[in-house]
Amino acid sequence: MPCSCGDNKMEKYLAPLNEIFEKYTKDEKYLIPILQDAQDEYGYLPEEVLKEIACKLDLSLSQVFGVVTFYSQFHLEPRGENIIRVCTGTACHVRGGAEVLDQLKQELNIDSGETTEDLEFTLETVACIGACGLAPVIMINDDTYGRMNSQKVPEVLANYQK
Amino acid sequence: MKDTIYRSHVLICTGTGCVSSGAKNIKHELQDELADNDLKNEIKIVETGCHGFCEKGPIMVVYPEGVFYCQVKEEDVSEIVEEHLLKGRIVERLLFKEPMTEESIPSYEDIDFYKKQHRIALANCGKINPESINEYIANGGYEAAGKALTQMTPEEIIKEVKEAGLRGRGGGGFPTGLKWQFAFDNNSDKKYVICNADEGDPGAFMDRSVLEGDPHRIIEGMLINAYAIGADEGYVYVRAEYPLAIDRLQKAIDAAEDLGLLGEDIFGSGFNFNLHIKKGAGAFVCGEETALMASIEGKRGMPNPRPPYPAEKGLWGKPTNINNVETLANIPYIINEGSEVFSSIGTENSKGTKVFALTGKIKNTGLVEVPMGTTLQEVVYDIGGGLTDDKDFKAIQTGGPSGGCIPEDYLALPIDYDSLIEVGAMMGSGGMVVMDDSTCMVDVARFFLSFTQSESCGKCTPCREGTKRMLEILNRICDGEGKDGDIRLLEQLGEHIKDTALCGLGQTAPNPVLSTLQYFRNEYEAHIYDNKCPAGVCEELAASFTINIDSCIGCGQCVKVCPVDAISKGDGKYYIIDEEVCISCGACAKKCPVDAIFQG
Repeated sequence: MPCSCGDNKMEKYLAPLNEIFEKYTKDEKYLIPILQDAQDEYGYLPEEVLKEIACKLDLSLSQVFGVVTFYSQFHLEPRGENIIRVCTGTACHVRGGAEVLDQLKQELNIDSGETTEDLEFTLETVACIGACGLAPVIMINDDTYGRMNSQKVPEVLANYQK
Repeated sequence: MKDTIYRSHVLICTGTGCVSSGAKNIKHELQDELADNDLKNEIKIVETGCHGFCEKGPIMVVYPEGVFYCQVKEEDVSEIVEEHLLKGRIVERLLFKEPMTEESIPSYEDIDFYKKQHRIALANCGKINPESINEYIANGGYEAAGKALTQMTPEEIIKEVKEAGLRGRGGGGFPTGLKWQFAFDNNSDKKYVICNADEGDPGAFMDRSVLEGDPHRIIEGMLINAYAIGADEGYVYVRAEYPLAIDRLQKAIDAAEDLGLLGEDIFGSGFNFNLHIKKGAGAFVCGEETALMASIEGKRGMPNPRPPYPAEKGLWGKPTNINNVETLANIPYIINEGSEVFSSIGTENSKGTKVFALTGKIKNTGLVEVPMGTTLQEVVYDIGGGLTDDKDFKAIQTGGPSGGCIPEDYLALPIDYDSLIEVGAMMGSGGMVVMDDSTCMVDVARFFLSFTQSESCGKCTPCREGTKRMLEILNRICDGEGKDGDIRLLEQLGEHIKDTALCGLGQTAPNPVLSTLQYFRNEYEAHIYDNKCPAGVCEELAASFTINIDSCIGCGQCVKVCPVDAISKGDGKYYIIDEEVCISCGACAKKCPVDAIFQG
């Protein structure tokens, strides 16, 4: 597969990716860390980026695509600036996590797994954040909010709304 | 390096639980207050890992007295400084109150929640600053590694671990010493050790607490493990949902490298060991050891058939030993204290302690470490303080999605690996979720199965197709469309999946369904034959709500929250609910200030 070199615009677009490559040697075992770094950089994993990664690591694009689609952390579509993760683990489930999720869906007018049109918020569920003592729990980006209920949702969201 | 001597240490828990309850702001407030009162050189603030009592966070402990303050707020800080740190008077109102007796308990050690625990894996959690290697060393850290590397042969270490009777804490319960022996016996130019910190079971967070609260203990455990089997490289596979744990572990690795406790020629023994962190990418099945190794290699995290076992052909085809976080956290203790001390704790076939994540409808939620053989009764009532709102105990779910639900009849059961399996549950990673009579057992079974179903990697048919069919049946039952024969079908499918699935995920996936069928069959029958959900959880089957007109005070709050306008004014000053319109959402019952609204 040819590398996407030579194209000026593309070169600029892929410049941050090349910086990521500098941290790693060419080895299949670095595929997942590279994908993680690339997603941090681009917010999601665009096709051009995947092609470039496949090319640099000498892997087929289908293999890279296979890894990306296996792990729930990787995304092929653009995501919201703020990622809301609602814990639906056991402790949160028995303490009313579903109501919190419903309220978030209503406030943001999106379903779980979706992103708001203005790309501000992505709503998703996770199996367990490991903060069961504070159930029900949600995470927005790296901040954890415990002892949630549906009434608290607007107040918490307000911290992130522009 | 010369440290100032302080007259008092204030420990603030900065585990994930307490941070989300506001611990960081409390620390800043305390810093400011100490500066204002000119106490900076007298009192030291120490950020610690998790105390396990997350429910009561943010937690603050003041030493040397050992006074335990809970649910501390920013505005309480000045009072603590003024009263306690300046005048030496305990701030009574912030002390922990026993839920049973309402008594305020000043000292850490006297709280029932802690008194009945025996902490080995969690010994340092909440007591030391996890970001300071010196504090770990001052508490006896790396002594075991020093002893192992300089005074013991690998064979002696393996013998010690075998005689201790330590079994894998990740769920399987395989004897750790034997596992090490297998990896030791396989000769190879390269071997690996892996710490499985892909704690995916919903409802379990002990691995996270150890990594956040005492990361050096894991490094030390792995170092001893590596020396014992002859490995020179190790990986800690941590799930990506634990950013703080990853951060603290990385700092700990860097600090250990700086002191020469990782790297070349450790303790002058000629032994080399390098340790890396591998961040997971969100796949529950990666907690399975063969899938975990595939993931480290950069592949899709799918399990492979065993044998060959990792001890023979593991990471990149080399002999590999994989242990869970909690298992490794026990290793330094075993080497320091000896196998006899360790094996004196616990039951005949399950030695030592186990950490449980006690959650659900219980007063004191948190992490508890108890000797094997402690009864469920002791955990739920003596440590957990009983159920919230003093409701009736219905069941306790152990072992997460691989485990089962244990009914009240077995509360006297001493907990160990074998006793739990006998009653149809399992130790699993140690999640314990307490359920009261408002929990629908069919819904719980469906919850766990929908989790394993969505996490099934799809490689083998029994798991991929079987769990899906089982879930469809459960969905049907919860939606009020259950059919005669569904129960038998669930049992048959469940047994087949257990017998034929490729890895642990599939083999244990039917457990929640089978165990609830065993103990709560009547609930399934009520759903299918009587069209009723006894707990009132399954919406399609829930009975409508009624207002007790004798207690109704006519405040009208229920009318405002009813989403379908089913409530109207009755003849008197009270309100009534139209059964035909009511969707049984329960919003009115929650809002009612005098509890006049009930279901059924």
